[in-house]
Amino acid sequence: MIDNFDPGLIDWSRAQFALTAVYHWLFVPLTLGLSFIVAFMETMYFRTGKEEWKRITRFWMTLFGINFAIGVATGIILEFEFGTNWSNYSWFVGDIFGAPLAIEGILAFFLESTFVAVMFFGWNKVNKKFHLISTWLVAIGANLSALWILVANAWMQNPVGMVFNPETARNEMVNFWDVLFNPVAVDKFLHTTSSGFVFASMFVMGISCWFLIKKREEQFARKSILIAGVFGLASSLFLAFTGDSSARTISKVQPVKFAAFEALSEGKKNAPIVAFGVLKHGEKYIGSKNLPEFVFKIEIPDLLSVLTGGDKDAYVPGIIDRVNGNPEKGIMSVTEKSEKGRTAMNYLLEYKKQKENKATERVNILMNKFQEKDFRDNYFRYFGYSYIKVPEDVIPDIYGSFYSFHLMVILGFFFIMLFALSLVFLFNRTIEKQKWFLRIVWYSIPLPLVASELGWILTEMGRQPWIIQDLMPVSVAVSNIGKGSVQATFWIFTILFTSLLIAEISIMVKQIKSGPTH
Amino acid sequence: MTAMITHIFLQDYWWFIVSLLGSILVFLMFVQGGQTFIFSLGRNPLQRSMVVNTLGRKWEFTFTTLVTFGGAFFASFPLFYATSFGGAYWVWIAILFSFILQAVSYEFRSKPSNIFGTRTFDFFLTLNGFMGPFLIGVAVATFFTGAQFSLNFMNQVKWETPWHGLEAVLNIKNLALGFAVLFLVKVNGLLYISNTIDDESVTTLCDKKLIYNSALFLVFFLFFVISILVAEGYAVDVTSGKVSLEKFKYLHNFLQLPVILILFLAGVVAVLWGLISAVFMNNRNAIWFTGSGTIAAVLSLLLIAGYNGTSFYPSAFNLQNSLTIRNASSSFFTLKTMSIVSILIPFVLAYIWYAWSSINNKKITEEELKSGEHKY
Ligand code: HDD
Ligand code: HEM
Ligand code: HEM
Repeated sequence: MIDNFDPGLIDWSRAQFALTAVYHWLFVPLTLGLSFIVAFMETMYFRTGKEEWKRITRFWMTLFGINFAIGVATGIILEFEFGTNWSNYSWFVGDIFGAPLAIEGILAFFLESTFVAVMFFGWNKVNKKFHLISTWLVAIGANLSALWILVANAWMQNPVGMVFNPETARNEMVNFWDVLFNPVAVDKFLHTTSSGFVFASMFVMGISCWFLIKKREEQFARKSILIAGVFGLASSLFLAFTGDSSARTISKVQPVKFAAFEALSEGKKNAPIVAFGVLKHGEKYIGSKNLPEFVFKIEIPDLLSVLTGGDKDAYVPGIIDRVNGNPEKGIMSVTEKSEKGRTAMNYLLEYKKQKENKATERVNILMNKFQEKDFRDNYFRYFGYSYIKVPEDVIPDIYGSFYSFHLMVILGFFFIMLFALSLVFLFNRTIEKQKWFLRIVWYSIPLPLVASELGWILTEMGRQPWIIQDLMPVSVAVSNIGKGSVQATFWIFTILFTSLLIAEISIMVKQIKSGPTH
Repeated sequence: MTAMITHIFLQDYWWFIVSLLGSILVFLMFVQGGQTFIFSLGRNPLQRSMVVNTLGRKWEFTFTTLVTFGGAFFASFPLFYATSFGGAYWVWIAILFSFILQAVSYEFRSKPSNIFGTRTFDFFLTLNGFMGPFLIGVAVATFFTGAQFSLNFMNQVKWETPWHGLEAVLNIKNLALGFAVLFLVKVNGLLYISNTIDDESVTTLCDKKLIYNSALFLVFFLFFVISILVAEGYAVDVTSGKVSLEKFKYLHNFLQLPVILILFLAGVVAVLWGLISAVFMNNRNAIWFTGSGTIAAVLSLLLIAGYNGTSFYPSAFNLQNSLTIRNASSSFFTLKTMSIVSILIPFVLAYIWYAWSSINNKKITEEELKSGEHKY
């Protein structure tokens, strides 16, 4: 039957993917946001004709270039890793997942890389207007690349728009619009790109504050803060809004992930939202899995029930409901889902056998089965559960999900406050004097990146054990290569990316110190 | 009209698009070819900087083509993507590794405080210049010579040697194509440099190097083509899908698809003419001949690897697991969706052309590099 892989191989493959994705994500947010900030600045130059704005634009553009190169370098490995390390996955879903990646290359990457060349080398070669348009196209191209990959990722969280074909043993796309307008994809695109805007705004604002602390380039710094403050405030407000919408969508499509990041072991009415809390090992177990309890929490009463169910008496199911089932609330247990999944798997196995025996009639019946709505909605939908050995395996890491979610949210509100304050100080012309504020902003530069990485850790870890929600567990997605090979490449990439990161930071710091006049 | 658009038609169409992307990639690897000469063409740091800068303004484009080639292959022939990348692991990792080095080297090499120093980044570029084209050539040669994999009923790949793809370099035909691609991109790199740089001493050196690199290219290329034409190929029975070995299969493909044969011959003639005119007539625009010839010749080779009932990724381990453009492709619906998107490709090409000609109309000179422009 289907090969069961060495758990070591699975863990190393995950570690390698996580490593390269985390690295890629160190650079991508800045590209997404800084490209727009530079475009705003150049627009100011175009409108006012003032050389000062050109100087400002070119300074931030240089930093953009340094970051962009390494974003590209870390991206290529991710794209090919789906094949090299997750080849079984690549076949099982390639029919749907591949298309966004191809469209991304054709429509977005070329747009960006073509006009990036004009942006860097065109200052004295093309006219001002064409140059400005090119800068805008770079920003649009960068954010379009984000769109397609996020559509692909969203599909893994909430697979839609496809039908399984037993002949080829894979899922095939039947509705492109369902894939594109997947509710998870919409939330994810808006939330993720705006998280990039927030990071870039903090980056620009923090560095400008540093210039103010050093009493250098004060006019340059104030102008930069103006742009970053306005853009940052708008984006961080939008971020909170889209984050909320993401959480509501997840409560519907990935309810176990939702219960995990809220650390809601038992379902309840009048469920509160925990703004912050500390967890400890609890007394309850599901199988061998421990369910945590709160040592301490600050909560807002009833809010979770209101947000997810529309009124404060709404019942919010917890992890226990999701694993053991709760017939009263119409929630199926994992055991039941596993049975249904196994029914689907047995049909597939029978199909393959009958096909070999050339029992054409039976083959046709089975083929039709996979097209039937009832079979798809009630059996194939749980296909992945046929691999689940014990019910509690469907619970992701609750501690990791809870802390990453809550830290991200707390940071999100902190950013809103910083951006708002920056504008207040800018307008009452006291910003140079607020030494404490300048320092806080300067030290806060990495925080949006931390929040953003936490968001991804939440998304990806909260989805465990699935690589494709309910259809395919990570353990069967992996490529059949030796664990040693993956270990070797893991260390190669660790050393390579870390060295490049160090070089990048060193170059950045040098460029920042030498300032815009240079 | 739509009635004519069948799954078979779309499979052929996407094999064409993927082959076209592959052939454009081989042409654009003149950037890699040029990188192999960074140390030998640039006698002083300024000359080296000119060479790097003329190549550097194009590196993104080669890179993006590689990425799009990968994405398009994934989307249109996912079984190939899964089988080859997941199986011939080490070959692809080595290729990717060299491209990662390249992507940062241009931007970082001349920046202050870059930690490793300009020479290290120039060495990275040289390494990518040799490794990238050679290994891509070796990997593509396995389209003709076969690879050691098997597939189970869920189409999951198992590689049947512990070398995970590296064993390909033990095959003399694979090696020949690897070297042919390497010397081809070196030739194109030289021609591109002498086309875009305005510096006597660099261009004279280019001319000298051109001669032996062209000769080596021709030797390896002819060896590969002849050995493929006389060899057994992997034929697929159209109705049963059974794969068998057929003597002179690729020769038959050329003869049965004369349009592709003509394309191939035209490509070879264009490359030869470019070489001759550069070596003997000092033609500074020869890159346009060798470039278009490269695209035509590579395109036709890739087309005969897949068309006319041929397996484009044969399994030498179990013939019946071989991949064809019929059994490895995406579904009708996916191919159709992507075909609609592909209508935009000419538009993409048009803006690329427009953007480039607007910044490429002047040759690179020492003066430009000394002025304060963005430079690598
Ligand atoms: C600057 C970064 C940043 C900030 C301040 C926030 N987020 Fe976020 N969040 C991200 C950066 C991020 C991210 C990196 O962009 C993620 C990861 C995947 C994704 O779609 O977005 C994410 C994911 C993510 C998810 C999971 C989505 C999924 O599993 O698909 C939820 C529920 C939230 N966020 C909710 C919030 C809320 C309610 C915030 C309140 C202010 C918030 N985020 C601030
Ligand atoms: C949008 C594109 C992305 C896709 C399609 C994607 C897909 C995947 C896949 C295939 C895995 C391996 C299987 C698994 O363990 O779940 C994974 C794991 C992971 N990814 Fe993502 N990922 C994406 C982006 C990111 C980014 C940008 C980050 C972070 C910075 C990230 C963080 C992680 C982490 C931390 C893991 C390991 C989690 C675990 O295995 O438990 N992902 N993701
Ligand atoms: C696993 C998932 C991902 C894969 C396979 C991937 C792939 C790539 C590749 C191949 C590149 C280089 C493109 C080039 O040649 O120019 C790249 C760069 C980039 N990626 Fe990712 N990426 C992933 C995740 C993401 C995510 C989640 C985002 C944003 C939300 C993102 C946004 C970008 C951006 C803005 C660039 C900058 C460079 C460019 O567009 O050329 N990527 N990525």
